Amino acid sequence: MNRTTDLTRRDFLKTSVGGATGLVIGFSFPWRPSLVQAQERPAPKLPPPDAFLQIAPDDTITVLLSHSEMGQGIWTTLPILLAEELDCDWTKIRVEHALAAPVYAHTAFGLQMTGGSTSTWSEFDRYRQVGALARQMLIQAAAKEWGVDPQSCRTENSVVIHGNEKLSYGRLADAAQKLTPSTSVKLKPSKEWKRIGKPTKRLDSPEKVTGRAQFGIDTRFPGLMTALVARAPVFGGKVKSFNAEKAKAVPGVTAVVQVPSGVAVIAQHFWAAKVGRDALDIDWDLGPAASLDTDKMRDEWRALSQSPGAKAAAGGDVDAAMRGARSKVEAEYEVPYLAHATMEPLNCTVRLTGTGEQAQCEIWTGTQFQTVDQAAAAKVAGLDPKQVTVHTAFLGGGFGRRANPASDFVAEAVHVAKAAQVPVKVVWTREDDTRGGYYRPMLLHRLSVGLGADGLPIAWRQAIVGQSILHGTPFEALMVKDGVDATSVEGAANSPYVMATANHLVELHSPTPGIPVLWWRSVGHSHSAFVMESFIDELAVKSKKDPVQYRRQLLVKNSRHLGVLNLAAEKAGWGKPLPKGHHRGIAVHESFGSFVAQVAEVSVTGNQINIHRVVCAVDCGICVNPASVAAQMEGGVVFGLSAALYGELTFKQGRVLQSNFHDYQLLRVHEMPKVEAHIVPSSEKPGGVGETGVPPIAPAVANAVFAATGKRLRRLPLRLAESA
Amino acid sequence: MKLRVNGKEHEVSVPEEMPLLWVLRDVLGLTGTKYGCGMAQCGACTVHLDGEAIRSCVRPVGSVGSKAVTTIEGLSADGLHPVQRAWIDADVVQCGYCQPGQVMTAAALLRVKPDPTDKEIDDALSGNLCRCGTYQRIRAAVRRATQIKGGAL
Repeated sequence: MNRTTDLTRRDFLKTSVGGATGLVIGFSFPWRPSLVQAQERPAPKLPPPDAFLQIAPDDTITVLLSHSEMGQGIWTTLPILLAEELDCDWTKIRVEHALAAPVYAHTAFGLQMTGGSTSTWSEFDRYRQVGALARQMLIQAAAKEWGVDPQSCRTENSVVIHGNEKLSYGRLADAAQKLTPSTSVKLKPSKEWKRIGKPTKRLDSPEKVTGRAQFGIDTRFPGLMTALVARAPVFGGKVKSFNAEKAKAVPGVTAVVQVPSGVAVIAQHFWAAKVGRDALDIDWDLGPAASLDTDKMRDEWRALSQSPGAKAAAGGDVDAAMRGARSKVEAEYEVPYLAHATMEPLNCTVRLTGTGEQAQCEIWTGTQFQTVDQAAAAKVAGLDPKQVTVHTAFLGGGFGRRANPASDFVAEAVHVAKAAQVPVKVVWTREDDTRGGYYRPMLLHRLSVGLGADGLPIAWRQAIVGQSILHGTPFEALMVKDGVDATSVEGAANSPYVMATANHLVELHSPTPGIPVLWWRSVGHSHSAFVMESFIDELAVKSKKDPVQYRRQLLVKNSRHLGVLNLAAEKAGWGKPLPKGHHRGIAVHESFGSFVAQVAEVSVTGNQINIHRVVCAVDCGICVNPASVAAQMEGGVVFGLSAALYGELTFKQGRVLQSNFHDYQLLRVHEMPKVEAHIVPSSEKPGGVGETGVPPIAPAVANAVFAATGKRLRRLPLRLAESA
Repeated sequence: MKLRVNGKEHEVSVPEEMPLLWVLRDVLGLTGTKYGCGMAQCGACTVHLDGEAIRSCVRPVGSVGSKAVTTIEGLSADGLHPVQRAWIDADVVQCGYCQPGQVMTAAALLRVKPDPTDKEIDDALSGNLCRCGTYQRIRAAVRRATQIKGGAL
């Protein structure tokens, strides 16, 4: 726990690094924490406290993070959990990202990673255990020194106390770290919590408002060069030949090398690398993806939606029930390819040193996928993962893009460093980032639902068409069952509306056009919530029922859905008069173990949709930091609104037409609605909050637009002009 | 050429057309100013030129001349400019990547408009994107900064 143990700790980390293949076994359904949590697991060993916590003689407490800080506030949440049990001085806490090492593997998935809105619940026990174990050891060390019974000691604010005697944690750290950690530990009951559940300000603010915070792109050291890579204009394209003469003539350019993904220009700084890259003359073999066209794909998706697919959910006899339906509602919904558009463009710094057993590969980057990247870097460098050190910098946004099973931006940077034989920072321009693939897939949903005499569904048929995120990844074998990628159908196949309809059939088609796709904040829920919550509104209208009342009837067995639905409706004043021209829409959705309802208050001027206010109710179980949960709800609304109003990537002749923020727009401050987040008090297990605020906003707005105009917008981004 | 940054004279040997952003980041090592788009669309690269907020990603270094460049590192000696204090108080940041640009834009606004209207705040900051969606707290923090005394706005 002392700084002096740092070497030991790092040695321990080095020697225990394992290969990635053995580690992926536990990685299963990250988007369904309820399933993971329900799995029977052997009682895990307690974590080694010194891997997670260091106490310096000056009482500074360094918390080592197993997860990456990408805006979600885990930099503050994990210290809260640890401090709750350690009983330490909050003002003396500092935080660091841990190096990549097996000890930091996700407690449910077995890989060091940040994703699936899992960080808080997956660490809820471990960081408290670390705090409690360390506190026990500090008490033991003090009791030994005083020659008293540890039971007679107590702690307060980083001090062990016995009668009138006091010793600080810093003073005790050296003796404490020589003790063997206990094999059992008792955690405080929730009624004794002092920090969990209290709004806590972020610990990373001072460095982030002064420019001191180090993001991957800020990595600098003597001898480090900057590289830009010219990649194929079409996915899957290859370099046929290239002429680097003009590029090499650019002042500051030091080398031009070919790598599997294209041609890399190495230079003293970004600008020279960019000018050099612009001067490259490359002849590409574009390959089969050169004919990709979004309009044609839409037609293909539509045709597929009318043929039988893989069964994602099935019950009863849909055909028979449909014949007995009083009325029928049919619709087709669609969402486009989307880029994550993190504010910090992708980048990765690599330094290769030594040879043979002394060879080392050092990586500096903002990543959500340390273990996977470590293995990928090792493979490219021809090293054992033990020889790869991954330094995690702050992430200037992640949203899933920095958790790539293919480790594209890391593997490529190692290729460049290897070919150029210098340490390099590969930086992606915004255009590279927008056109670089690993998108949220384009999806089309076709629905046909039969209603009974009471207006409620009695037959539900749904076809979903879109690329599988997991197809072709190492996770496919574990996570794609009977042709169904759970990430394609989550939120639809297991929707409470589908489950409440005895006769249902949800089918999936997963075409493979060759566009790299990936999880994008809220993954499958980013489309399923839009479809389900818009369509339920259609059913309510068809049944001539109030949208809230209609949902209440269908969600009668779903108490947590109902809880947030009712809270959001109440706080928004559902049914009460609004300013002239304002209209409301509502949506409720479960994702990542949490439940969110949102009411959007909208007006329409011409074809423009204005969002004035969003009332959000969230039930995320035990809430560790309400300030952070509220921020995630606000941020989720903004992220979802960018997609609802603007987000769309289109392909023509294999090329992505959009390139930067002028044609791939994000919500701006003047468009920001007033967002009110209401947190349902709960003693349920913690759920995720990083993604769960995103799914309901697009349907809430679309439903409000319907209320305002009578036009049902079934395609994202929402466009009134095209729907006329 | 000569460049005055955060009160210090620098002699840099770079092409005139090189954007100020890359001189700051890659030549002078002032990495607090961020690259986001390279075409003045996102505001992450915002610095002050004689006190005025500009997008350094599209500003050729050769056009800076004798004007004083202030970056986030030079906004205050101790990191406690009223805008920075307000940002911490209002718990604005999330990933933090856009925040140096947001802070610099807000500081430039308050220098000329110590008590801006809501619309003036939105207008001034509408060129600064935040993908995490901290806009609501940014608005609140600008308001809060107007109440904080003790700093040179």
